[in-house]
Parts: sequence; structure tokens; C-alpha cells
Amino acid sequence: MTTIKQRQEELVKEFEFFDEWMDKYHHIIEMGKSLNALPEQKKNDNLLVQGCQSKVWLHAEKSGENILFQADADAIIAKGIIAMLIDVFNNQPAKEVAVANLGFIEEIGLKDHLSPTRANGLMSMIKQMKFYALALTD
Amino acid sequence: MSYDVQSIRQQFPILNQKIHGRPLVYLDNAATAQKPIAVIDAISNYYLNYNANVHRGVHTLSQRATDAIEAVREEVRAHINAEESAEIIFTQGITDSINTIAFGMGAVVSKEQNIVITAIEHHSNIVPWQMLCKRTGAELRHLPMNEHGELVLEGIEEIIDENTAMVAFNHISNALGTINPVEAILEHAEKVGAWTLIDGAQSGPHAKVDVRAWNVDFFTLSSHKMYGPTGLGVLYGKREKLEVLPPFQGGGEMIATVTLEESTYAGLPHKFEAGTPHIEGIIGFGAALKYINEIGIKAIAAHEKKLLKYSTVECSKIDGFKVIGDSKNKASVLSFIVDGTHPYDIGVLLDQQGVAVRTGQHCTQPIMDAFCIDGTVRASFAMYNTKKEIDLFKAALEKSITMLR
Repeated sequence: MTTIKQRQEELVKEFEFFDEWMDKYHHIIEMGKSLNALPEQKKNDNLLVQGCQSKVWLHAEKSGENILFQADADAIIAKGIIAMLIDVFNNQPAKEVAVANLGFIEEIGLKDHLSPTRANGLMSMIKQMKFYALALTD
Repeated sequence: MSYDVQSIRQQFPILNQKIHGRPLVYLDNAATAQKPIAVIDAISNYYLNYNANVHRGVHTLSQRATDAIEAVREEVRAHINAEESAEIIFTQGITDSINTIAFGMGAVVSKEQNIVITAIEHHSNIVPWQMLCKRTGAELRHLPMNEHGELVLEGIEEIIDENTAMVAFNHISNALGTINPVEAILEHAEKVGAWTLIDGAQSGPHAKVDVRAWNVDFFTLSSHKMYGPTGLGVLYGKREKLEVLPPFQGGGEMIATVTLEESTYAGLPHKFEAGTPHIEGIIGFGAALKYINEIGIKAIAAHEKKLLKYSTVECSKIDGFKVIGDSKNKASVLSFIVDGTHPYDIGVLLDQQGVAVRTGQHCTQPIMDAFCIDGTVRASFAMYNTKKEIDLFKAALEKSITMLR
């Protein structure tokens, strides 16, 4: 099983493949498109991540020691970003998610490339995922 | 003389740069316009040569600075054809201007009265009136809009009635570009003796305004939307109206006498100008006004109208493109959505291609609610935009849509 660290390294490698940011965005969008959508009935306001410009719904549940995430967003780039985070965190031990260091964001250059409000949105998503993980840690 | 957009562009050095490796196409002018060299030079010149506080000093620099800002007051008066320069008040911006009036009206509005706004106002022309109504118990009403983003004047006499204390509305909508039927609304307000205020945020850079021809009581302008510095607005008010309103803020400059128990206020315009004014801003704004008048507001408006028409026709060819606010009478704003895409995503991808637009609700949440949308993408044009830039914008938009669908 791959660890959080390994998954990040894989993501960084994927993005190194693209020189232009338009292509990186294209990749993010494709990740957003392939993320399984949250069923409409699950999209309630309780799941909204506070601090995002667009609407992002995040759901978490426990599976043994591990944590499973589901998410959706009304804007596709936001959905792509949460898809990347889910890629890294999904089905990983909750206690590790809660303390994980997300170096890949720096390495991809994602944070520098987002507008300040969007970068705040990204931080809010991470915070919310870690918050769920902490709450679901025994 | 033909309109020489290339020589105008040379006066705006900021436009000549690349964003993410592509030439900048700046189409966020309704948020703020770029500044010509004349404005930047005027501000530098002030700090290099005659920086001093105004209205207080007997020394030469203070006199020069005072003369400079008072000269701008007179230029603003002439620009909007006010009767006297004492009716021109420098504020922090339109939000500050409207709050000044809404606060002052707390002294003259009673709970039997009502305030009328419209369905297509910026939040800054909604919230101050809501606060006034909360303080006084007055009722807040609004003129509705139709599916084209135009105000509906049928039934206006039931909305603006003999109990209406104030009718406050914008000349041109920032979110939709609709040019409102100012004269017709003013006529109804005048008939019942209501006070009137026009938010000129989008008129300043795009339209000729004559406050006396309109016979409007209050009018506001924003410097930074007119190629001038940020942090400065203009509040025009008829003398007899301004005189009955209490000042919004107390402090230096706005007083005649101060004892520890009580103060008397200065006359107009100083009564409404507490504290040291935005001196560099006023001086820069003077240069901006001069620049606008050199090009000519009518020539600018005609140029922008061509850009609006061209962009509307061209972009409408894109599958799923939908203009939000398609009034026949529009100025300089192309607000739109594209089927199957989110405005934020379009905005991000346009930026990646060097195109700057605004996305979201444009501080006009009630309009977005009425159209049942979360927001729009807004391209807004200024004197320096070109047909070629519209082509770049359209190509970038098409590429973005292909990526998003």
C-alpha cells in the first residue's frame, strides 16, 4: 500500500511532465472531472468547506483505522484541487492524515500559482480534511 | 480627428507587460481603471515639490498644496456642472459618499417615510439605506428589474410616493452595464418632492454628466474608476440639502470653533471633510480629469460602445455563451455565463492566458439571485482597449471553455 508520502511524490512526478501552467491546469481539471461526484442528497450545507470562493462539499467517514473522503465542487478547478487532496489522503490512516506534511503543494508550485483567495480556499480544504481526520482518530 | 487608441495606450505603461508569458489584456476596468503617466507624474510632482498639509499652514508649500486641491475642486465642479465649488466634497469613495448622506438623513427621515432604491444597485447603494431604515424605522423599497436587466418603471408612482424621502439609484449598473432611465426616475421623484441621489461609479468614466440639467440632489463619483488614484471619491450635493444634514464624521478641519464642551461646524464643503484630506489623491484625480477631457468623454464612450458591440456579437457566436443583462441601452460592460462552466474557472483560465476579468457577484448579490445564478464573468472596457484585445479575449475564452467542458 502506498503511503501519503509516496502518493505526493507520484503527483509531483505527474505535474513535472507539464511545462506550461495551462497544461497543469488542464490536468487539474481532468482530475476534477474524474472525481466521483457526491450524490445530490449528500450535498448539504453542513458539508460545505468554509473559506472557498466556490462551493466545495467534503464528506469523511471511517473504514477501520483509515479515513475515506468524498467531495464535490461547483467549480471544476476547485473540484480538481480537492481531487488531488483526496488522491493523497484517501484510505490512509486517520491519525497520519491529521499530522501529514503536504510538501507536494510547494513542489508543484500550486500555492504560488493560485490567487490569494484561492490559496486560502486550498488551505481551508486541507484544514477541513485534517479536522475530520483528527475527529475520527481513536 | 480619429480616435488614436495606440497613442492613448502609450500613456498607460502598465498595459505593456506580459502575464504568464502572454500580453496583458486588461478587461477589469469596471473594478478599477489603469492610470496614465499624467496622473502618476502629478502625484510624484506633489511629493517631490510641494508636499504639505492643506488649509492650515501659512507657509508657502501649504499654500501651494491648498491651491492645488482647491483648483481640482473647481475642475470637478465644472466637469459635472455644479453651481459652486463648495458643493463638491472630497470623500474616501462612493461608499463613503453614500454613507455620508444616509447617515445625515437620519436627522430628517421619520418612520412614516420610505427610501427607494432599485433592484440593480451595488451593495454600497443598498446597505447604507438599510442601516438608515433600521435606525429610523423608515421603509426600504425598490424599483424592480426585468429579464433584460432593465428597470421596470410601470407602477413607479406606487413605489415612489408622497412619503418617499429619498430615491437613490445608479446611473449605469456595474454588474450588467445597463444605463438607467435617469430622467424618468428623477421626474417621478421630483413630482412627490423626494430627495434624489445618483451613484455615478460607472458614469464617471463613460458618460457626460450635468447635475444641474438633471436637477439631482446628490451625485457621487469614484476617482479610481476614472483613471485617478484609489481612496478618493466625490460627493456633490445641492447647497440647501447639504446644509440641513449633520456631518458624518467629526474631527479636524470640519469645525468652526471647538471648546471642550461643544463645537460649531465649518461651512461647506469642509463640514463634510473631517481630517487631512487625500491630498495626493485629489491632485492625481485632477490630472485624470484633465486627461479624460483632453481625449473627450464622448469620444471615449463612442470607442467603448464599438468594443461592447463587437465583443457582444463575436462572443455570442460561442456555443452556450449567454449575456447577462442585454438591455439595448448599455455601457462598457459585458457580463456573461457559459453553459457547463463556472465563472471562477473561466476567470482562472483567462488569467493564465493574460486576460484580466472579474468573476463572481460584483457586489450585486440581489441581481445574481434574480437571475438565479451564482455569478458571472465580467469583461469591462476602457478608453485604451482595442479590437485586437477583444479577439485575444475571445480566443482565450474559447480555449478555456474547451478545457472545461
